[in-house]
Parts: sequence; C-alpha cells; structure tokens
Amino acid sequence: MAQLKYALYTGCTARESTPELLMSTMAVAKKLGIELVLLDEASCCGASHLQDFDDFLSLVLNARNICYAEKQDLDMLTICNTCQLNTVMTKERLDTDEDLKSQVNEKLAEVGLEYKGTSSVRHFLYAIIDDYGLDKLAEKVEKPLSEFNVAAFYGCHNIRPSHIHHKHNAKVVEEDVGEGGGEQAFTTEPLMAKYNDNEDPYNPTSLDRLIEALKGKSVDYESKNKCCGFHADLQSPKTANRLTGTALLDAIDNDADMMVTPCPLCHLNMDVKQHAVAEEMGRDISLPVLHLPQLIGLALGIDPKELGLQHNVAEVNFV
Amino acid sequence: MQTERETKKLIFKTFRFNAETDYLPYFKTYELDVGKDELVLDILNRIKWELDGSFSYRRSCRHGICGSCSIKVNGKAVLSCKQNVWELVDIFKTDTLLLEPLSKKRVVKDMIIDKKDFWEKHEKIKPWLEAEIDEHPAEEIRVSPEEAEALLEADYCIQCGNCYYSCPAVEVNEEFFGPAQFAKAYRFNADVRDTAKRERLETVREMGPGVWDCVKCFECAEACPKDVDPIGKITKLHNQLFEEGMAQNNVATRHAVGFKHSIKKHGLLDEGELVRYSEGNIGVMKHIPEAIAMFKKGKIVMPWNMPKSKNLDEIKTLIKSSSKVKF
Repeated sequence: MAQLKYALYTGCTARESTPELLMSTMAVAKKLGIELVLLDEASCCGASHLQDFDDFLSLVLNARNICYAEKQDLDMLTICNTCQLNTVMTKERLDTDEDLKSQVNEKLAEVGLEYKGTSSVRHFLYAIIDDYGLDKLAEKVEKPLSEFNVAAFYGCHNIRPSHIHHKHNAKVVEEDVGEGGGEQAFTTEPLMAKYNDNEDPYNPTSLDRLIEALKGKSVDYESKNKCCGFHADLQSPKTANRLTGTALLDAIDNDADMMVTPCPLCHLNMDVKQHAVAEEMGRDISLPVLHLPQLIGLALGIDPKELGLQHNVAEVNFV
Repeated sequence: MQTERETKKLIFKTFRFNAETDYLPYFKTYELDVGKDELVLDILNRIKWELDGSFSYRRSCRHGICGSCSIKVNGKAVLSCKQNVWELVDIFKTDTLLLEPLSKKRVVKDMIIDKKDFWEKHEKIKPWLEAEIDEHPAEEIRVSPEEAEALLEADYCIQCGNCYYSCPAVEVNEEFFGPAQFAKAYRFNADVRDTAKRERLETVREMGPGVWDCVKCFECAEACPKDVDPIGKITKLHNQLFEEGMAQNNVATRHAVGFKHSIKKHGLLDEGELVRYSEGNIGVMKHIPEAIAMFKKGKIVMPWNMPKSKNLDEIKTLIKSSSKVKF
C-alpha cells in the first residue's frame, strides 16, 4: 500500500481548547505511518453559526480552505465532526451548482485561488477504517484494551444527514443489483440493500468496530448516536446539559469505563462540563472521555503524555 | 410460473397501553413470516386483522400522503406505509423489531398518540397564506416557476410528526416549536403572495420556543419521509431574521455574528472572546468555574498566544468582498 497522505484541517478547537486532540492525532498518524500536512492557511468553518448569519461568506471561506488541500493535490482530513459537515456541505453545494461555484470562484480569484472540487473531505475515523483498514490497525495493537468497556459516542455531524455522509465521508459499498428490467422491475427491492454494511445514522457501527479492533468491549447503549447539545450551549444551557447528561448517564448505567468520541465539540461537553451536567441531572457523574486518537494511541502503546491525557478534565484514571 | 415467495421470520414486539384503563404499558410479541415487499403498515394490519383485533394504530391513505401512520421502530421514526420491513432488518441487523408509538409519554392507546402539542405549536406560526385578496379579481395571482422554486421542499410536509417527535430539543424543552413548525413557517415566508413574514419572524425569533434553541443535530432531516429537510429551513429562518434586520441583540445572535469578528481577526475562532462577546461582560461570569477547570488543564489560550491562520490578509480581503449581511 502506498503511504497514506492527507491535508489535515485541524479546525479551531484542536488548536485551542482541546490541544490533546491535535497532539494525539499527530502521534497516532506518526505511529501508523500516515503523513499529515497541516493546513495552516485554513480558517474556521463557521460551525453552522456563521452559516446562520451570512451563508455566502461561509461558502467562500470554506471553499478557500478546500483550495489549499487541492493545491497540494491531497484529500482533506478533518478531526472535528462539525468541521467535517460544514466543509462537506460547502463542497456538496459547489459541486452540484455551477452558478454558485462561479460566484464563489469570482471572490476567490481576488486572492488568487480557485475551487475545483478535486479533493475529497473526510473524517479521520473513516480514513482509518476505509483507507488504513481495521485489520491492519488490529495488528499494530500493543496494549489491547481488553479490560475496558468503551462507550462510543458518534456525534451528529459525522453521521447525519446520511445522504451527505454516504456521498462524501465514508466509502459506500454498492451491491451490484444488475441492469434491472424483466421480473426484477416489478419487485420492490429494499432500498438499503446497497448500503448494507455501511454506516446508518440509526445504528452506526464504525466506532464500535474500531473499539473491537483495539480489543476493547464496545458498550451497547441507546444514546451513542444522539446529540450532546453543544450548539445550544450558550443560548440554552439547560437543553445542552440535559442532552449531555442523558448520554453520559446512559453510558455509565451500561457499565462504561470510558467514553470515546471523534468530535472535539462533543468532547468539550462530555469532558469539561461533567460537574455542571451532574448538577442538572441530580446524579454524580464521573467518566473519562477520550478523543478517538487518544484511544487508538493508548492501544498502540503511545506514551500517554504524547497523547495529551494530562489535558483531559475528567481524570483518565486507568492509565 | 409461480415463484416461491421468499420470507424472513421476524419477531415484532409491540408496545401496548390504554390510557383509560392501564397503569403501566406492556408488550405483546408476535412472530411473523415477512416478505421482502412488505411494509410496516402491512405488519400492523396483519397483527390487527389476524392476531389481535384490539391492537390500535392510525392509518388512512396508505400512500404516504396523509401522515397518519407514523410510529417508531427500534427508535427510528417511520411512516408505516412507506417503510419496508426488510430495510429495517438491514439497518438494525436483527430479527426483532420493537414497534412503539412516536412518543410514549403522549400515548392514548398502543400506537396512537395525542398530537395536541404538535398542532397547537403548528397553529401559532400561522400555517396559512396571509394575503389581501380582491373578492372579485379580474385576473389570477400569478406565481412564476422561479418564485415557486423558492419554497424548496417545504411544501411537501404532511405533518406526520416524525421530525417533531425525533427532535431532542422538543424532548427536553417543551416550549420549543419544533422542526415541522419551522419548516411550515419558512414555507409561507417564502411565498411571494404572503404578507405575514414579519409576524412569523417575530414568533420564531423568541428565545426558548424559537429557532435559536435548535441543537443542529439533523435528526429532523433524517426522520422526514418526504425529504423536507426541516433543519435546512431553520437555517433559512435564521438567515431571514438577519436579512430583514429582525435579529434581536441577544446571546444567540451575537454568537452567530461573533464568528465573523473572530475569523476577521485571527482566521480561527477565538473561543474565549466568542463566549465573552456572546454573553456580554456580566453574562460571561457564569462560565468562570469551567474556565478555571480548563485553565488548570492547559485548555485556555491566552489572548497574546492566540493562533492565527497563515495568509490572514486573504481572509480579510474575502470577508470584505463577500459579506452580504449586516448586523
């Protein structure tokens, strides 16, 4: 296999409030031999809030970010669910609307850039699964997570909306159903047949499969694909705290030793806010919450310091 | 030539409760052979017609247009008459399907719920055309195809409630209007004949019930059987509030606008400054305990260390030339 190489769009959180996410991503990539080129030119994705205010501006800024991956002829890799969705929604709209694309390119031309649509945009989680491969990852495990029950928390923007997810984020394995016609034309084939083994927002499995590849036990709990409420944190803290609390308690009640999430925004709610959330829920909450690359890194035997575990607020007490 | 019918043996666990007579809900379980073209509504009918006549659910058109027959299967909101059963087996990788009402706390009997809250909120956003229409018009009111396009898919809503009863914001904040209601508000706001746009925007901009309390989870877009994309319409309402100059100065609007200020200054988001700008100098105080906990763990970047995007001048140029909305 040729060496994997991506343009890494870190997003803002990994450079500020979750430094451990960037540290652990780089450490894991290094260990697995994946080359990551930092997109230092990139700006904030707008996180859906700039989109609420000025949609066109958000398109121009996100297109600019993708331009820098395209210029290097690399696919873009994200490590934040919200960066992933907002970038890929821009991509989807520009790739399917020539008129909009030329309006955006007219602006980008002012700074000598052009959006072409040649780079794909995917989250680290799916690059590991689809490009690197879970079998290969399993071979690299030095410290199996066999003692641990790990609760996967997927985060909304990596799995919903599913048509965007299936088109851009994860590889879709299409089943060959032939040319159609004849008797086939008169039967109603279940629509899901072509998405058979792919991520479904109602029953996502990627993160659970990854946990199993690291020899951990994935926790079966209802809240794994639910919302943490992060985007309403400021205006509606009660809503956000209840959603975060429901998921944390659901994981705890199903014997989770820790939670893992591919999204730094989910992580901020799940990890940093446990005290406030416990108050809202009227129950004690104490659960280590790891970023996806922190979990992988531990299983690969990387030094916890290199994975930034000292930055986690809820103490990671098992290392 | 008769071909043999391929079936799967599936177990259906059905939620049963009669609000008039029962203290607690219970489940009745049925095992059925299900063909690949059978829909959830077929299963509901078979249970009622062949196994238990007391089983209750709503149904009417069976053509995906009346919006009566929605239930939840293994937690997924489905329009029974459109949802193939084998597809659910594919999704959940199981031969046991749990049939439940859309909202357990609103059950009247079995699958039938009281949608009173849905309809009350629906009515508040004036889901009709407000227009001054001449009683004896000399000619029809024309809407061009381009103008009709502006409604997007919002006109396809059948009020089935799938999005509303899948919305986590509705679940924890009972005053929140909900996705179907916002999609409907957009539908009439986008209609060139309508005159009540500002009234609707006044309704949907309220903190608590309004659009700002959306958690942006996309559950509504996923749950909709008609591809209405309610969250897309919620974003459009946010945009309309700013475009019409009707966005009030509050924590949510400052939060949205704050992104632009921050990007202009650093390229990246200045997280601390965004919270201060959104909350105001007094409001920000309530975040101090969290800020201290984060500071202790090296999670707070000091203003003098704030990272900046490379080629920041490009970002500034683009913000200047591409901004379309003012606050």
